[in-house]
Amino acid sequence: MNRVALKQGGGGRAMRALIEKVFVRDFAALPFEGVGISAMDDGAAIRLGDEWLVITTDSHVIHPIFFPGGDIGRLSISGTVNDLAMMGATRVLGLTCSVILEEGFSLEWLEVVQRSMVEACVESSAPVVTGDTKVMGRGELDGIVINTTGIGLTRTLVRDNGLSAGDRIIVTGSIGEHGLAVMAARHGIDVDGKLVSDVAPMNSMIATIVDKATAMKDPTRGGVSSALHEMASKSGVGIVLDERSVPMTPAVRAVGELLGIDPLHVANEGKALIGVRAADAEEVVARLRMHPLGRNAAVIGTCVAERPGSIILDTGFGRRLLAEPEGEPLPRIC
Amino acid sequence: MNATPLQFRDPVLARSMAATLQRLVAQLDRPVAVMHVCGSHEQAIAKFGLRSAFPKALDVIMGPGCPVCVTDVPEVDEGVLLARQGVRIATYGDMLRVPGTVQSLADAQADGAKIDIIYSPRQAVEIARGTSEEVVLFASGFETTAVATAAVILDDPPPNFSVLSAHKYIPPVMEIVAEMPGSRIEGFLAAGHAAVITGSDVFEPFVERNGVPVVIAGFEPMDILAGLVELVELILAKTPKVVNAFPRCVTREGNLAAQEQLWRVFRQIGGRWRGIAHVPNGNLRLRDEFAHIDARKRFTIDLPSLWDFAPPALARQCICGDIMAGIRNPRDCRLFNKECTPENPIGACMVSNEGTCKIWHLYGGVPDLEASA
Repeated sequence: MNRVALKQGGGGRAMRALIEKVFVRDFAALPFEGVGISAMDDGAAIRLGDEWLVITTDSHVIHPIFFPGGDIGRLSISGTVNDLAMMGATRVLGLTCSVILEEGFSLEWLEVVQRSMVEACVESSAPVVTGDTKVMGRGELDGIVINTTGIGLTRTLVRDNGLSAGDRIIVTGSIGEHGLAVMAARHGIDVDGKLVSDVAPMNSMIATIVDKATAMKDPTRGGVSSALHEMASKSGVGIVLDERSVPMTPAVRAVGELLGIDPLHVANEGKALIGVRAADAEEVVARLRMHPLGRNAAVIGTCVAERPGSIILDTGFGRRLLAEPEGEPLPRIC
Repeated sequence: MNATPLQFRDPVLARSMAATLQRLVAQLDRPVAVMHVCGSHEQAIAKFGLRSAFPKALDVIMGPGCPVCVTDVPEVDEGVLLARQGVRIATYGDMLRVPGTVQSLADAQADGAKIDIIYSPRQAVEIARGTSEEVVLFASGFETTAVATAAVILDDPPPNFSVLSAHKYIPPVMEIVAEMPGSRIEGFLAAGHAAVITGSDVFEPFVERNGVPVVIAGFEPMDILAGLVELVELILAKTPKVVNAFPRCVTREGNLAAQEQLWRVFRQIGGRWRGIAHVPNGNLRLRDEFAHIDARKRFTIDLPSLWDFAPPALARQCICGDIMAGIRNPRDCRLFNKECTPENPIGACMVSNEGTCKIWHLYGGVPDLEASA
């Protein structure tokens, strides 16, 4: 019997193949006007007069639920707010919050998680307006699962397929922190507290540049590599990525090297990849750097007409293709 | 943890080194092929995209440098048979999926065999100390890792511990590859870490016999470029000799204490390397005085019981042998990145992190990116 494998939830090629095979075909056949499931974007968009209503949903499962820099509560709000923002909907109308708990889960922990959610809601001006709670028996679930759904409105809809040759790719800050922080927490690797998840809602930062974006995506599971591959192949361009200009903290670099994991393949939870016209690149970087979350924003790549769908990595020593990860090197991270 | 940038990764210096390499190969005024015999070299070349910086006329071929890949089918079978007999096997993660005649160790594990993944031979000894079961260390690797196996054998292991050695020794296979009919190889890049143990002198007889230069190189991009510059200079000057381009780690005589342990425990015998050939003196087996620790002597391993099975159809299309001999590369294989992936390896080169196919897969599957874009 064929069974689901862990890597099919890892944000890479294997997951996309599963979604396409099982879900997209029949759902996409149902009548719908707007950006729907077949686009496989960060969310869906429905036309409302001269605006777009954007809707997105995300279930959060992470082990451990408390990690350096955040917890599952902060993650569950940030993840959904960010998915809305990536489509241009930086103004969040409302969020739903559905929690499934395992019998025996600590009430104190639940309160800590809830406070984190409130904090993230305040940061992103995103109200939770309805929810649902279920409890399952011991062993039927590992601790806690949180699903959030968000809706937002925008006049400028930004897709992940809008890149054209000549566009520049900007990353809003240093990469690889969330995935490696979770990994380090799991394996007890200590880097003097310097490895901290970047989990944060980005909508207030994205609002400052949304008018200039030709395409956006947040590099969560599968990391920058997976997100760029998706943007490049949907847009029909190649991307030359300059490895040396990709911002990375020394701690991420060191732990990545130590574990043999490329930070380009590792999840972020507070970073965006933004395509812009070449002429706008400087201004967008400047605007991003005004925001506390964007202080290390940098231009990291250029779109080209050659090799559509491929990422050409310039290492400074030479060039090679960047491989698209099958799945995240580590399961259950967001 | 110290996280200062590595001084061996200076792209500006690397570019000038690459330019020197260009100039030297241009002076040679003909295509030239050299071979490295180390998975770690291929790893670094692929990761840093160095092939795109090599001169077009310089063919840097990857040789049989992955110990897991050259582990022969019958050796895997021995491990599988022991596991099926109920013996607990401790081995390196890479060995798990190497295909045997009928099964890999991973298949045996799925059928209920007890297999422990270890990172060093010491862990296998610790497992044995914690149980009354028979524990067999299925040991693979070149002289570098064989030294670690020798050390635990000499350190009074518990009576329920034994070793199934698939260790291999690099210098003899260089002779085989150099003498292969149609071999175009005019120089070898030898692995720095192995030479830390063996010393650079171990290559002198090879150079004398074959008239082919050997340069010992480390694993940073600068080490590899510098090693290639040295190698092409030797080819240009027609002066075959051994040059140590990794002197920060490698000495002429090597680590004498480690060598002493290595040869006290192991002896060289001839044997097949998967996909390559019979390599005289290429396998390391336990000496008779350690027969009580030798799994081959301690257990009955009925290999022929497996041999009624024909190899699966896909495996027959696998060209791992040619790839390891440096005759072809993964791009020539119709299974590469299609039927054969790290999740579902057909050939051994896709299994190990040092296998050429796995490395090419990991780093984009195309080695020599044209200067497009």
